[in-house]
Amino acid sequence: MEVLLAVVVGVLVAAGVYLLLRRRSFSVVLGLVLLSYAVNLFLFAMGRLRTDQPPLIHAGGSYADPLPQALVLTAIVIGFGMTAFVLVLALQALGNLGSDRVDARPEDPP
Amino acid sequence: MSHELLLPIVLPLLTGALLLAQARRSLAFKRALSLGACLLLSATAIFLLRLASQGETLSYALGGWAPPFGIVLVLDRLAALMLLVTSLLALASMLYASAGEDAPGRNFHALFQFQLLGLNGAFLTGDVFNLFVFFEIMLIASYGLLLQHGRPDRSRAGLHYVVLNLAGSLLFLIAVGILYGVLGTLNLADLAVKAAQVKPADAPLVRSAALLLLVVFSLKAALVPLQFWLPPAYASAPAPVAALFAVLTKVGVYAIVRIYTLVFGPGAGAVAQVALPWVLPAALATLVVGTAGVLASRDLRTLVAYLVVMSLGTLFAGIGLFSVEGLAAALYYLVHTTLVTGGLFLLVDLIARQRDRADRLEAGGRVAQPALLGSLFLVGAVAVVGLPPLSGLVGKLLILKAGLGSPLMTWTWTIILLSGLAGIITLSRAGSLLFWKTGPAASAAPGAPGWAWLPVAALLAASPLLVLLAGPLTEFTRDVALQLMDTGNYLAGVLR
Repeated sequence: MEVLLAVVVGVLVAAGVYLLLRRRSFSVVLGLVLLSYAVNLFLFAMGRLRTDQPPLIHAGGSYADPLPQALVLTAIVIGFGMTAFVLVLALQALGNLGSDRVDARPEDPP
Repeated sequence: MSHELLLPIVLPLLTGALLLAQARRSLAFKRALSLGACLLLSATAIFLLRLASQGETLSYALGGWAPPFGIVLVLDRLAALMLLVTSLLALASMLYASAGEDAPGRNFHALFQFQLLGLNGAFLTGDVFNLFVFFEIMLIASYGLLLQHGRPDRSRAGLHYVVLNLAGSLLFLIAVGILYGVLGTLNLADLAVKAAQVKPADAPLVRSAALLLLVVFSLKAALVPLQFWLPPAYASAPAPVAALFAVLTKVGVYAIVRIYTLVFGPGAGAVAQVALPWVLPAALATLVVGTAGVLASRDLRTLVAYLVVMSLGTLFAGIGLFSVEGLAAALYYLVHTTLVTGGLFLLVDLIARQRDRADRLEAGGRVAQPALLGSLFLVGAVAVVGLPPLSGLVGKLLILKAGLGSPLMTWTWTIILLSGLAGIITLSRAGSLLFWKTGPAASAAPGAPGWAWLPVAALLAASPLLVLLAGPLTEFTRDVALQLMDTGNYLAGVLR
């Protein structure tokens, strides 16, 4: 399971970084989304991967760490809000600058 | 339990929420509420500073959950100093905003309060993940403040600023994840204990997390090569927002000082002093880039934004030593530079409103109040480049003195002194262009109300005041630095 998760995180980061470096703002937003998925999975895995374990410390047994899940939840909420915001911002920039290039200036032709 | 530690967080939170709910009320109502909250916040900050200056680290466990399991707020001298600087700058910016800059955006005042909430929270928190959360609160409020009125020239700078900071937040989360995965805690005090005992096999992971954190904080603090977002964002922000942003970069500075003295300080065993080889060279590079930007600026706002970059370079030239003298000098300089650059952003806006060429550095009509604005500009320029008799000189001298005997001393001295010279040349050229090479005054500029210069003068007056109070203040910053280096004090206050 560790290998699968590592591969998934790696692929998501690679795709996210590639999209983040693109010229159009929509690709950049998608890149941020993929990166935040990767980071959430990574945070989740940092509590170690254990199946069928209670999230409580009990005598003698191993347990699933509940804290990373709380962290991931917070990160998801913040990431969700930020994604919505940056989408609106990208649309506003498209309207104001007449171009969806991230390096567009007001005086550029579309 | 010291419940008063909650005040700097709860006060802006409640005010902001109330302002949101009353967004349709008159501007006068919102101004009164917002200004009242800023005044109260300053009073709270002074009270907390007196509390902290007794030398003990105070902590407050939220919900009564004892650390390291619960979340804590921690107040020591450094946090109290940052709170006071922030609240004073916020009060002046809010006064200036009440002169008309707050009119176009309905939620300006609410966002301003939420920005303060994020700032104060970041200074008080004793937990890495909460530092992330407060960073986000602060950033999302700053996005709103930066982009209000939706002017086209702000879209581009704003988009870059937001995307860069989002990428920074993701890096922050990765670093936090690694730290938790290896050390099993997020409480700063507990992290300091665990990092010192880290197994040699895990040390490289912890070091990489520490350096990732350094990248994140350097992005906030605009250290080269992560400074590209700052000049366009600050130059296009509305004046009171740009003034408040002068303290936004200082959050990155604060985080670097806090984390790399407490968690990865000299006593951290296998992960000690991870930031030491990086900060000073980056600081010198920042100074060079800032100086080049100052020399090349074609308008006043960009000029002041590059002065901010330059001052951050100077600041880190002191911090990068990670010694008591270096930190004490840098903290004195931090107080000076935050208040003075904040004042300069406001002053530039006043000048731009009264000129026919706005803030472009080309010969044009006279400003409506040449004597007043000219003298304010003189005070600001002398203070910011570090000429006698104002506080820039004291701060720079302290930093230069702290740098004596460091391996990079020759470079530090040369670059700081040359950047000062470049600052003098540029600002005297700008000043003579603005106030001497002028034609007739622009006809009836729609300027701000007559008292708008008062908050500007108050911020710039901080500079002579800092010279008069240099004795007690340097003693205090020395105490701050000593407390920072004495991690036992912090651990005793939090973990008890």
